[in-house]
Amino acid sequence: MNPTDTAMDQRLEALEPEAPGAPRRMVLNMGPQHPSTHGVLRVILELDGEIVTRAQPDIGFLHTGIEKQAEALGWQQVVTITDRMDYLANLSNNLAYVLPVEKLLQIEVPPKAQWMRVLLAELSRINSHAVWLGTHALDLGAMTVFFYCFREREELLRLFEMFSGQRMMTSYIRIGGLALEPPRGWDRAVRKFIRSFPEKVNEYEALLRENPIFLKRTQGVGYAPLEQLLDLCVTGPMIRAAGLQWDIRKAEPYSSYDQFDFEIPVRQESDVYARFLVRLEEMRQSARIVEQALDGMPEGPWKADAPRVVLPDREKMKTQMEALIYHFKIVTEGVRVPAGEAYVPVESPRGEIGFYVVSDGGTKPWRVFMRTPSFGNLQSLPALFEGRLIADTIAALGSMDFVLGDVDR
Amino acid sequence: MNFYLLTLLKMALTAFVLLTCCAYAVWVERKVLAHIQLRPGPYRVGPHGLLQPLADLIKLLTKEGIVPSYANPFFYLLAPWLAVTLALSAIVVIPFTPEFELFGVRTAIGLTDLNIGILFLLALSSLGVYGIAIGGWASNNKYSLMGSLRSSAQMVSYELPLAMAIASPLLLVNTLNLRQIVEQQGGFYFGFLPKWTIFAMPAPQILAFLIFLIAAFAETNRVPFDLPEAESELVAGFHTEYSSMMFASFFMAEYANIITICCVATVLFLGGWHPLWPAQYGSDFVPTVLLAAAGLILLYHAAQAARGRRWDRFTFPVFGVLLLALSPVFLVPMLKPVLIPFFWFVAKAGFLVFVFIWIRGTLPRFRYDQLMRFAWTFMFPLALANLLATGLIVALAG
Repeated sequence: MNPTDTAMDQRLEALEPEAPGAPRRMVLNMGPQHPSTHGVLRVILELDGEIVTRAQPDIGFLHTGIEKQAEALGWQQVVTITDRMDYLANLSNNLAYVLPVEKLLQIEVPPKAQWMRVLLAELSRINSHAVWLGTHALDLGAMTVFFYCFREREELLRLFEMFSGQRMMTSYIRIGGLALEPPRGWDRAVRKFIRSFPEKVNEYEALLRENPIFLKRTQGVGYAPLEQLLDLCVTGPMIRAAGLQWDIRKAEPYSSYDQFDFEIPVRQESDVYARFLVRLEEMRQSARIVEQALDGMPEGPWKADAPRVVLPDREKMKTQMEALIYHFKIVTEGVRVPAGEAYVPVESPRGEIGFYVVSDGGTKPWRVFMRTPSFGNLQSLPALFEGRLIADTIAALGSMDFVLGDVDR
Repeated sequence: MNFYLLTLLKMALTAFVLLTCCAYAVWVERKVLAHIQLRPGPYRVGPHGLLQPLADLIKLLTKEGIVPSYANPFFYLLAPWLAVTLALSAIVVIPFTPEFELFGVRTAIGLTDLNIGILFLLALSSLGVYGIAIGGWASNNKYSLMGSLRSSAQMVSYELPLAMAIASPLLLVNTLNLRQIVEQQGGFYFGFLPKWTIFAMPAPQILAFLIFLIAAFAETNRVPFDLPEAESELVAGFHTEYSSMMFASFFMAEYANIITICCVATVLFLGGWHPLWPAQYGSDFVPTVLLAAAGLILLYHAAQAARGRRWDRFTFPVFGVLLLALSPVFLVPMLKPVLIPFFWFVAKAGFLVFVFIWIRGTLPRFRYDQLMRFAWTFMFPLALANLLATGLIVALAG
């Protein structure tokens, strides 16, 4: 028996009431194959009737060793595994990894690439929120919303495919710019989607926002005070629904977010309904940002002028000696990043994501630590569950909006 | 004709039709839900998935029926049998058509003519809880147990408003016999407003009908009251452990219950087989027109061709011609007294089944305690008030 098993057994034993005459509690093992734990989360619930008296999340079923893997891959290659962490918002992850590395390299990314990154990050925010809304509503029994949301997600995935050739594992944002030149006609495709999108959000809203059953299921449910959430490292829409106006896009603008005009929705109630409203409004704001990015997209190169980092154009390789040499060096040896450490937080759809990157001057990262929002948000699980009904745990679980790949990495 | 022979024949026919309807109710549900949710639904087995119920049946029949080692085998096997038997037997008291004479035999579609038909129905629906309660308990699974506990509590609670909602139209018609209840709803006010109990003077039972419908949703464990099988919380509720035909039995029982309760609503509130408007304004031609229109639409789509499946070019004309050929059957004078009332009955019940599905595509799910509070603090007093008011009005109007 391995040590973690013993630890789990001890925890299970601790859950059983020992004192004779103490009320008998039922221990329910929710997950890891439960339909609404969204992946492989296991929650050990101690129940008194239908009321949860204690909740213990048990994570690690989706452990992929991404953090360790990053140390074995070249600097550029790490981008591809960041996709696999939070597979619903991979472009945010790409961005969050690329920014600190560029900081170490002291590369100036051209404005077009920066705006493109903003546009893509916001599209992936819409994608992530659409999936969240669909599955959350499905958990609450509203089946149809799920299909409406996935209709929009499908269009978004087509857009991502158009850009990168991949629907989910895009790896499109690279150190120094983008992986490929934006495809022909991308602006028309994005504009077509973003024009019709606010109407779609209204549709979701019409189905849920004033539905009395939905209100009853979500208002006042999954409450936790702001201070407690802050203590538990909760970020993103959850903290904004608790009344704190904290969004890294505004607080510490990166990738030229300071040039965009958007609002940060804030609610005070800190319940499932508030989180629903915040995310709904964020989808609208994201659409606004995308429109602005489309309208004001600067002209210029889409990758940085950093020959030691960015692969040269095919054309130049055939005509210029230096380009061929750099190409050879980058491909065979890899990119060298000066020794040092850097951390740049990014606002992912779930909250603050950041990669703490340490370099020893070699062609591989010495250490990449990932501060992921899902992990922080999941810490609030006991606070949101305990003393509540089982049915409420489902609503609360959905409102946390975590991705298990992001928790376990 | 011999009474026994006739009854046997009718039994076989009713059982066959009911089971087919159950199977196709699933198909209709999947199709309607799919179209609400922007997807095509079953499409592979047969034209537009029409053979899907058959495929499902074969699949479920050939699956291994697992009895968990820690379950109580006797009760575990008893529960689905109980559920499906009780659900199917409720149909016997439903009168589908008035009495008619065909080939010298005087009879009606509908198995028995019980003088306490309503009480029989209430008794069966109460017994229906046992299948679920026993099934959940015997599975010896925590999710099943909680599902069955919820379901028992829910069904017992909603039986009260249901019974109250049934009682108030009974005050108007003054009989417990379902056939007589329908017969009393014949005729029209002012020559156009049907004398169904939801419109009946002096006390229209619209409120009772709505209460009945809501309670019926809860009785049949449907969205928004589908807590016993709330998949996001309890995996599959009371039938989590069931597989193969045992699961199919529960599934069939659910749809048989829906069909039965829609038939009961039709009988009690919507005037059974009586048409929506008088025959002198041409209500007898409705089935003919509907079928013919459906046939023509199919033929039109067949002419468009090349949309949808490749087989559509073959199946659309076939079904179109079939429907067109069927439509004049409703005009044959000899068959008219059977088919027209039967059509109206099926149309009303079918519409109610559609409402059940429609609601499922629209609403989220209640929480367990909210549902119970809704039953006891809202539905029950409302039903009681409605019953008292109806009684008062009937007594005063004499």
